[in-house]
Amino acid sequence: MRALILRRLLISVPLVIVVSWLTFLLQHLAPGDTARSILGENYTPEGYAQLRAQLGLDQPLPVQYWHWLTHALHGDFGVSPLNGLNVGTEIGSRLGVTLSLIVVTTIVAAVLGIALGALSAVRGGPLGRMIDVLSLAGFALPSFWLALVLVTVFAVALRILPATGYTPFAESPGGWVSSLVLPVAALAVHGTATVAKQTRSGLLDVLGRDFVVSLRANGVSERSILFRHALRNAAIPVVTVIGLVFVSLLNGTVLVEAVFAMPGLGGLAVQSATQHDVPAIQAVAVTFTLIVVVVNLLVDLAYGWLNPKVRVR
Amino acid sequence: MTTLAETGAEARLQSEPAALRRALRRPLFLFAAGYLALMTLAALAAPLVAPYDPVATDLDHVLSGPSWLHPLGTDQLGHDVLSRVVYGGRVTLAGVAEAVLTALVLGVSAGLVAGFAGGWTDRVLSWATDIVLAIPVIITLLVVLAVVGSNETAAMIAVGVLGFPALARVVRGATLTVRQELYITAARAFGLPNRTIMVRHVLPRVRGPIIVQTSLFAGGALLAETGLGYLGLGVQAPTPTWGNLVADASTVIDQQPWLLVPSGLVIGLAVLSFGLLGDVSRDASADRRSRSSHRRTPVAARTPMRRPDTEALLAVRELTVGLPGPEGFLTAVESLNLDLFAGETVGLVGESGCGKSLTGRAILGLLPSGGQLLHGGVWFGGTDLSTLDRKGWQEFRGSRIALISQDPMNGLDPTVSVGKQVDELVRRHTGLTGRAARARTLELLADVQLKEPAKVAAKYPHQLSGGMAQRVLIASALAGTPELLIADEPTTALDVTVQAEILRLLKDLQRTNGMSVLLISHDLGVIAEVCDRAYVMYAGQIAESAPVSDLFETPRHPYTSGLLGALPRRGSPRQPLTTISGSVPEPGNWPPGCHFRQRCPLATAECASPIPVAEPVPGHRTRCIHHDLAHASGGGNDRAA
Repeated sequence: MRALILRRLLISVPLVIVVSWLTFLLQHLAPGDTARSILGENYTPEGYAQLRAQLGLDQPLPVQYWHWLTHALHGDFGVSPLNGLNVGTEIGSRLGVTLSLIVVTTIVAAVLGIALGALSAVRGGPLGRMIDVLSLAGFALPSFWLALVLVTVFAVALRILPATGYTPFAESPGGWVSSLVLPVAALAVHGTATVAKQTRSGLLDVLGRDFVVSLRANGVSERSILFRHALRNAAIPVVTVIGLVFVSLLNGTVLVEAVFAMPGLGGLAVQSATQHDVPAIQAVAVTFTLIVVVVNLLVDLAYGWLNPKVRVR
Repeated sequence: MTTLAETGAEARLQSEPAALRRALRRPLFLFAAGYLALMTLAALAAPLVAPYDPVATDLDHVLSGPSWLHPLGTDQLGHDVLSRVVYGGRVTLAGVAEAVLTALVLGVSAGLVAGFAGGWTDRVLSWATDIVLAIPVIITLLVVLAVVGSNETAAMIAVGVLGFPALARVVRGATLTVRQELYITAARAFGLPNRTIMVRHVLPRVRGPIIVQTSLFAGGALLAETGLGYLGLGVQAPTPTWGNLVADASTVIDQQPWLLVPSGLVIGLAVLSFGLLGDVSRDASADRRSRSSHRRTPVAARTPMRRPDTEALLAVRELTVGLPGPEGFLTAVESLNLDLFAGETVGLVGESGCGKSLTGRAILGLLPSGGQLLHGGVWFGGTDLSTLDRKGWQEFRGSRIALISQDPMNGLDPTVSVGKQVDELVRRHTGLTGRAARARTLELLADVQLKEPAKVAAKYPHQLSGGMAQRVLIASALAGTPELLIADEPTTALDVTVQAEILRLLKDLQRTNGMSVLLISHDLGVIAEVCDRAYVMYAGQIAESAPVSDLFETPRHPYTSGLLGALPRRGSPRQPLTTISGSVPEPGNWPPGCHFRQRCPLATAECASPIPVAEPVPGHRTRCIHHDLAHASGGGNDRAA
């Protein structure tokens, strides 16, 4: 177990460094230049040189990177050169929105997916085909399109849920829930289908194994075989899939936040991409990578909990 | 976009042309390929096909909805939506092509090199894959776009770069398999340059997995492209792209929700088609057996039988078991009769594939999926077991008949500790709970001569040796104090020394508990050591049955003689061990008449007619018309002379 976590950390630390270094490097390979885009119409060679010095852009690259990294480690991602806002504060205020969205979606997808997958493995028939249809839909329909359809139906036509915006939990728990229903629904279809599919195929595989025959032959009830034995064995790959669903939601959230005009990290990423705001996009990329690292660690811990081969030697 | 992460696309290698032919026969494949071809052609020929100029505004028909003039309606500027779909395909599909090409060039070359050369290239590749899988695609794209400005081509090439490690991993896996094959080794031995081997010999063989992974990736790339278009980060308006179409629709959903339909449909169908292409090619290259299992199992009607008139604890009458075959059932066990009396240990012996394990499972009502009882029945203590429902079976199994299955290492649930597994059975069968149940568990573990039962109870299956695992399985089977224990090859997976210990244990337990044992084995030596009587099984039938001593001294079926002749302990010094030529015919290939006749040294023309069961000595039955010659034949083709 310790070895597993250690190995994961050995991948994670370089991962964060590589991501930050790449984003950092890209900004300098680019034709667009922060100092130039700030100056815009007011460009003069002297003003340009002065601004570059002020932003530290005249230093050698490794120095700039080191400077940025040491500050980033303290949560200081610098100041956006475009609007003068502190990037770290900006990230902090938007993190809650994005995390609410993807954590709730992951939970919904995991619970629904496991339940549907288990049911269809045991019952088969129409339910299994329903999951196939659901997973085809989840696979093929873009989440932002699904979100727009949901808005059209539930916000525009039926007027039962808000079309845009986000209410923090602390402000109004009820408002928080209703502001999350549509975005979560749009995002959860794909994840639910993915988890259901893995649960079903994993369960069918486990239910065909020798030990299940032994359990049946010795009189263990089908309910116990399913809940105490098979699900637990099938859960290991399911946990992997849930981890992947979470990572893919970081993609989905960018688009769905745009549909619902939610003030999250995805919105910040899009905004900074269109405005060449490199410090901000860099900070978002690093934040997302850190989230991935944490999720992967949690997945590894779950492995250990589920699989004694990892836990005890 | 998740498809980029769903890289588990492992496709088995198969003969490619056959796989392709199978794929082409599927309607789904034709639909998917047809749709994609249509869209591509329409995009290429857009100026000829599209009814209008995609950026021509027609302010008289704004947001018109479908009409004769505009089959898919118009948007808020009066653009014809059909024309925009056709022209939009140019941008979107070109973007997908850019991404796919990038991923293919990088992925295939890296995968081939890593799989073929191994070593550090392999390690670097897997490291890169891990990293790329951990980075959200869209964010990377946004970083690229933030840096280079809205440049569709750069973004799609970035998508390709992000997709390449997953493809490389698949190619690497397939290459590793191919590399082991003889003709590659031979090509290397002939000194062909590595590059030639890879391009001429390896690449064609790994085509299947590449097609599967590439089509899945193309679907993901399309979603990424339309996502960027929707965010307004791709090719800019008024040039239509499929993503822009959704963005345009989104601004007027309160006035003309119809606009969502064509845009969603055209994207959804394209992604779906890519996915289907991948799925169908994967299914087609997977082996056929896995497909036949999806087929609905035929249901056969079984005529009920009268209760047999016998004192036997277990009475099997005319048992006929079918397994699903290409058309209908294949008979795998045919009219099998078997009696087992209380306190008796009976052997069921035969080569693998003769149906002996299936018989054991049929007795417990646990036929493998698709298998069915076609005729005959099983009576236990006077009860017709075929009348039991699910609940009836649950009460029956474990407490009346229990099973020790073939492979001890796979017989225990790997995620639950040994103690908890036995506890569950103890609770189920005795009603004991908590500490009392655990005490009984430890007692059972001690009964099967496990030293330090408490320590063993705390262990997980992977921490046990094969012999220990088998003892635990025996303890589990004893938890319900069954009257009959079916031991299916209980020692096959174990070392020779451990085999002897387990056999002794079974013998002792049988004696102390007074249970009956049905021992299923391919090893006559094992049967001789433990059993009172034995049934010799061949190709779904009982060939011969007798008390073990009679069976060994005067076998009355040439098959039994053959088995005995192949037994090392019985071989004469300086005489080669005899073998039976050929192998057991599979269900469906049994010859009419005697099933053994094709391999039998005594076979005559009469053997092709149905063979009655003879009982030359009371208690000794044989399904051979030449039974008087059988014991002399020695089974071997050479020793009979």
